[in-house]
This record gives sequence, C-alpha cells and structure tokens, in this order.
Amino acid sequence: MITVTALKKNFGARTAVNQVSFEVEKGTVLGFLGPNGAGKTTTIRMIAGFLMPTEGSVTVLGHDVQADPVSAQRQIGYMPERTPLYEDMTVEGFLRFIAEVRGYRGAERTERADQAIRACMLDSVRHQVIDTLSKGYRQRTCLAQAILHDPPVLLLDEPTEGLDPNQKQVVREMIARMASEKVIIISTHVLEEVEAICNRVIIISNGSVVADGTPAALKQRSKHYNEVHLSLGSASGPAVKALSALDEVQRVEVVAERDTTCELRITPKQQAPVIAAVLKAVASHGWPVTNLKVDGGRLEEVFRQITRTEDAA
Amino acid sequence: MSSRTTIRAILKREWGAYFNSPIAYVFMVIFLVMAGFFPFAVSGLFEGGQATLRPFFFWHPWLYLILVPAVAMRLWSEERRSGTIELLLTIGVTPTQAVVAKFMAAWLFMMLTLALTFPVVLTLIYLGNPDLGVAFTGYLGSLLLAGAYLSVGLLTSAMTRNQVVSFILAVLVGLFLLLAGFPPVTELLSRWAPEWLVAVVAGFSFMPHFETMQRGILDLRDVVYFLSVIGFMLCATHEVLKSKAAEG
Repeated sequence: MITVTALKKNFGARTAVNQVSFEVEKGTVLGFLGPNGAGKTTTIRMIAGFLMPTEGSVTVLGHDVQADPVSAQRQIGYMPERTPLYEDMTVEGFLRFIAEVRGYRGAERTERADQAIRACMLDSVRHQVIDTLSKGYRQRTCLAQAILHDPPVLLLDEPTEGLDPNQKQVVREMIARMASEKVIIISTHVLEEVEAICNRVIIISNGSVVADGTPAALKQRSKHYNEVHLSLGSASGPAVKALSALDEVQRVEVVAERDTTCELRITPKQQAPVIAAVLKAVASHGWPVTNLKVDGGRLEEVFRQITRTEDAA
Repeated sequence: MSSRTTIRAILKREWGAYFNSPIAYVFMVIFLVMAGFFPFAVSGLFEGGQATLRPFFFWHPWLYLILVPAVAMRLWSEERRSGTIELLLTIGVTPTQAVVAKFMAAWLFMMLTLALTFPVVLTLIYLGNPDLGVAFTGYLGSLLLAGAYLSVGLLTSAMTRNQVVSFILAVLVGLFLLLAGFPPVTELLSRWAPEWLVAVVAGFSFMPHFETMQRGILDLRDVVYFLSVIGFMLCATHEVLKSKAAEG
C-alpha cells in the first residue's frame, strides 16, 4: 500500500534522510523508531506530501505523492508532531471544517464530525474553543481530524506524546482497533508503545534505516536474549558450579546473595535457549526454586545498541 | 471533491477567524472612524460645497497602506508559526486553493468594511446631488486598490512566520507602489529624469490607476492593472509556499 523508494532529503548541506526505502502492507502497524533528529518526522512529512523529497519517491495506494499529492492525501490521515490546530475554533467547528475540506456535505458532514468526536471521546469538549483545551484533548482532536474520513493510511507522529498513562491506553486501544484494515505508521521514541501495538519496527538513525523487522525479531538481537534468571532458597555455591558445567551455558553470575537465598543470571552460549537444560539441572539437584524467568530480550537495549554504534560510525 | 467547494470551506474558515478574534472589529472601527474623520475634518468635505466623494476616496490609499497589511499579516505567518500550515496542506488542499481562498476571505472582509462606509454616500445624497456613477467607479477603484494591497500583504505573510516582519515588509512594498506614481514624487522625478522613465516608474504605481477611477472613468486598463498586480502577487505567494515545502 505504501512504497518508499530511495528517499532522500537535504536541508542545505545537511542530509536529514538518506536512501530510505521500505514497503508497508495493509494490516501493518509500523513503529518508526529513532533518536531525536534521526529523520523520522522528515520522512513522515514526505509521505504525507508536506515536504518534497530531494530524491526518491513515495507512492500511497498507487498515487505518487510528489506528482499527485491531493490524490495521495485523500487516502491518508495525518497527525503532525506538534498537533497543530486552529486555536480559534471549537472542537466541533474544527472537525466540521475538516469534514468539509475532505469533501463531505450537509448531513454527512455533520455525521462524520460527530463520529470522529465519539471515536476520540471528545463529547465533553465539543463546544470548547481549542485554545482552551488540555494537551490530551488537543492530541485527541488532532487524531479525530486524522481518522475523520476513515482513510486506509494513518500517519501518526508521536500520537501519545505528553499524554497521561490512561490517555495513552485509550489512544493505543483505538489504534489496535483500526489496525487490521489499515496501514498505520507511528513515529515514536516510546519503546513500550512499540511493543504494545506495532507488528513491525523500523529503526532509523542519522537518516538511514538501520533495522527493520518484527519487535520480537529485534528483541532477539538483544545480548540478554534467552538469559535465565533463577532465584533459589539456598546458597549459590553448588548451583553455580553445577550450572557452569552445562554445555549450553556460557556464564553464571550471582546477582544477589543473602544467607539462604540467591539470585543467578545464566547466560547461554550464542543466545540459544538454555531453559530446558537449566530445568533439568534444577530437577536432578532438587534446588528450592523461588523464581524463574527467561529474558525475552529488551527492545530498549537493542535500540541503544543499534543507534549508538551508528552514531559512533 | 471539487476545487470550488474546497476553496469555499477554507474561505469560510478564514472569514470566521477574523470575527473570532478582535482583528475584525478593531480594524473596522479604526477604518470607519478614519475614513469618516479625514474627509470631513482635514479635507473639508463640508466646506468644499461640492457633493463629491473625492475627499473621501483621497484618503483610502493612505489608510490601506497601514491597515491592510494588518489584515493580511496573519494569513500565512500565523499558519506557519502555529504549524497549522502542515495540517492545511496535507488534507488534500492544493497551495493554489489555499492561496485563493485566503485572499478571497480577506478581500471579502475589505468589501464588507468598505460597504459600511455607506453613510458617507447617504450624507452626500442628503446634502446635494452627487454623481452616483462616479461614486460607483470610486468604490470599485477603492476595492481593487484594497485587493492589490492585500495581495502584497499575502505574499509578505507567506515569506515569514513573524507577523511584525510581514507587516513592515508589506507597508514598505505598499509605500513604493503608492509613491511611485504620486504626483509630488513624479513631478520631482520629472525635473531630471526623461519622460519615459517617469512613465515607467509611475506605471508601476497604484496611484494613476486609482486616480482615473476616482474621476469616474472606468478604463479597462486600470482594472486589468489591479487584477494583474493581484494575480502576480498570488502567483508569487504560491511559489514562496512551494519553495518552503522544498526547503522544509
């Protein structure tokens, strides 16, 4: 549905986005990750047809965004980063204006605006002037504007930035509900959000794509992937000795130790699954296990690992 | 969706934006007070003993010089400062539609303000027997002049996110276009410059075109002049917006 090909954007001598290419299909919730200033917003603005690329192209449902921005924009709902809104209008007036520009007339126009108000739970502020809204309501008004025409493509630039945890949850639930029949691209630097709602992640650093995969696949690149955390109700000595002897185990560390309890971190060789071997050892020695956890990898760490090496390069 | 309905939607929003803020009321009150004060108090409309609107229209170029940029300055600067331009130009609106809609909204607003000066005409009709044909071309000229000033203000507004800068630039450009053909200036110029140069410089000016219409002469060339100034400025605004999209 969206094809981005060799996208490049120069601002003067600085290259903000360099050779970014990817394709996104329906049903994808793509998390667009990267440190601040990596080029996320610039890329999204080019997809939305606000900025013209220096080189490369973007097509949205077959419409070339550069050649025919209006046709492409009809397929897109876009929520810009700073949630710009016409401050002097009421929420309802603003959404009716958007509906009118989107081509709805008469009763349908009112109905579209009402639907968006309901979907984004803006009923209590519908007659309020946007200028007086709190951050959360502003954010939702901007989201309402983006989903008003039920577009097949949603571009959301940091949609939950500045929201409280409850509001974040509401927005995430909305996104999850729409996910199956749309393409949704979310730019964010909140990693928990990516894990919660995205089924694909692209990490961008210094203007280039440095990683592209599912959150699970990316997490496997974490050096902690498949580590086993084991808590025992006994001293650590015998357990460390026995576990270190296992073929699959690279290293056993004592994380904490008190008189009769200890906590161990078992690092496997080549991040291979080691839990089976550990369980076998536990059973044969009859250690009093109080807690056991396998590390699924940490996105945050992968993110840092990838973007930091890039920065150093 | 057609271009016309898109333009109408934006026009309505811009029109509303004037009346949602104090701009509209402040502007109207100041314009109407000054447009009424100068002809009667300074130009001696009463004492002249003639039922003519010329002292009334005489002041319009000077009032517009300061007041119209104040109406125009927010049109794009505000969108750029608050970031709403990103919204406006990504919901399926072309820059051309947006430029035309904003200009039309501001021009209609000027038209309304100008229409509210009708008591001046009524006063003259009460006092004497003014030539209504001259009054008509006078109003038409004034409206076209306001449109030309507006288009300048629209362009300077697109160039900067700072409304004050936009205002000052618009006043400067307006002042040039005004003075280039103002009789005292052209007389000064004609003392040393060849006739043709004076004509070229003066040809750029609002003044001669405005003047002929105040005399009740409806010359197509004057109308075409104002419309081409407006057209040129709107195209330039469009180009500025496009280059901003390329630069970011």
